[in-house]
Amino acid sequence: MIAGIVIGVVVVILIIIFVALYNGLVKRRNAVDNSWSQIDVQLKRRHDLIPNLVESVKDYMAYEKETLTRVTEARADAVAAGAKGPAQAAQAENALTDTLRSLFAVMENYPDLKASQNVMSLQEELTATENKISFARQFYNDAVLTYNNKIQTVPSNIIAGLFNFEKRDYFEAPDEAHEVPKVDLS
Amino acid sequence: MNFRQQIARNKRDSWFLMLTIVVALLALGFIIGLAYWGDYYGGLGLLGVFGVVAIIWSIIAYYAGAGMALAVSGAKKVTHDQEPQLYNIVEEMSIASGLPMPDVYVIESDAANAFATGRDPQHSAIAVTRGLMHRLNREEMQGVVGHEMSHIRNYDIRFATLVGILVGLIALIADFFLRSLFFGGGRRSGGSGSGGGNVIFLIIAIVLAILAPLFAYMVQFAISRRREYLADASGVELTRNPKGLASALQKIAADPVELRGANRATAHLFIANPLKKRKDKAKSGLLDTHPPIQERIDRLRKMAFEGPLEDEAVAAAAGAPAMAAGPADVAVDGTPLSGGAPVEPPKQPLPDPREMPRPFDSG
Repeated sequence: MIAGIVIGVVVVILIIIFVALYNGLVKRRNAVDNSWSQIDVQLKRRHDLIPNLVESVKDYMAYEKETLTRVTEARADAVAAGAKGPAQAAQAENALTDTLRSLFAVMENYPDLKASQNVMSLQEELTATENKISFARQFYNDAVLTYNNKIQTVPSNIIAGLFNFEKRDYFEAPDEAHEVPKVDLS
Repeated sequence: MNFRQQIARNKRDSWFLMLTIVVALLALGFIIGLAYWGDYYGGLGLLGVFGVVAIIWSIIAYYAGAGMALAVSGAKKVTHDQEPQLYNIVEEMSIASGLPMPDVYVIESDAANAFATGRDPQHSAIAVTRGLMHRLNREEMQGVVGHEMSHIRNYDIRFATLVGILVGLIALIADFFLRSLFFGGGRRSGGSGSGGGNVIFLIIAIVLAILAPLFAYMVQFAISRRREYLADASGVELTRNPKGLASALQKIAADPVELRGANRATAHLFIANPLKKRKDKAKSGLLDTHPPIQERIDRLRKMAFEGPLEDEAVAAAAGAPAMAAGPADVAVDGTPLSGGAPVEPPKQPLPDPREMPRPFDSG
């Protein structure tokens, strides 16, 4: 009788622990998905803004065709990579960020552009969108970190293994430090 | 202790503090009642009355306090189209914190200040003065908005509203009681024979009526000061850029204009004390709502691991209304404005969140 009660209590406790761990994992995973969709919204917004910007600056910047073409191409790549998951999207988006940055740098040389209300407000929108992307990325990466920690550490890793909770990718920030400078010794 | 734990502790502290203040309020009611009517029924009666008043008042404050604070300050709600840059910055910070987007308000005043209010992150607002928008560049404004967003995330806004109301109530009641004595309250003298006890209670009540508001203010301000530091630190956790907020505080400290529409009841809501009556001291006194700005700047600088702010940058930005239409001042060409620690190119030089050292993550 007493043994039965003890076993019953233990089973109930185990079930409660199991449910708590499982729910915790699901919550974390949802947080990751949710914060990814936030990045996605901002990336799409950037994709929508770029053609407008290119359109409004191209008359002023006849000599910068090449820069503009690179921005347009990088945008097309980024749109295409959007469906391929965080790792690929991050790469294409970072390339796009770089081309945009060089476009903004070149725009500094055209005082006429500064006088255009339209261009200025587009630039503010793009800057804000860039910031939103990097803040959303920050939030997403924090969520991924917590989630990955959860599924790799005892005890929740047992449940993660049983129910196929997979490790998630970080949205890598552009990082120049990884590029080893080429040294020409010839 | 990390931020999550800090926030949890903050919430716990808030409830404990609320309880203390409520008990103080009820004790005040009991003693005054005792002194007035000379028996325990009087004391309990007044205690009950105060309790009911406090509850009703708190409920009103909980639902209407934010609107009142905004109205008193003369804040006007703005949309994205009216103030694109400010609105964008608030949106950036709401994304960084993962909280819903607060309403954005502008106060038409030359003073440089900002505050957040509301009852929870779902019902919150951030108000910024026009003067602040003119003086700060984008990066600095981001620091200020990050600070305000942290007040929202840390539930400081709810705490500030409720405690402000209760402390105000204590002060009001104590004041009322002392005045009524002065004008010779009626029933006290016609007591039912227990005159000796009455006098003692009367003295206790007077002492309490004088001390209780002081005590309540001191507790409120102590918590308010600690929360300013916490909001500075967790605001930097959002922006990952201590220099933005530090140089914003520098400019706010240098601003001589007093904010009209701010009063003692709303002063503790603002990022810096809007009532600049005295010089900013190096040490904070018991009756200060905010820690000394210099001390806050020093702490932020320690987070940035670097020396003093470049004065010329501050001076240059102070001259130009950077908020007007400026494209983001930051790093258009990849040069980080805020030369923080190891920097990568994006707008805010953000180290990867996973590698971000958390200097304010102490103990």
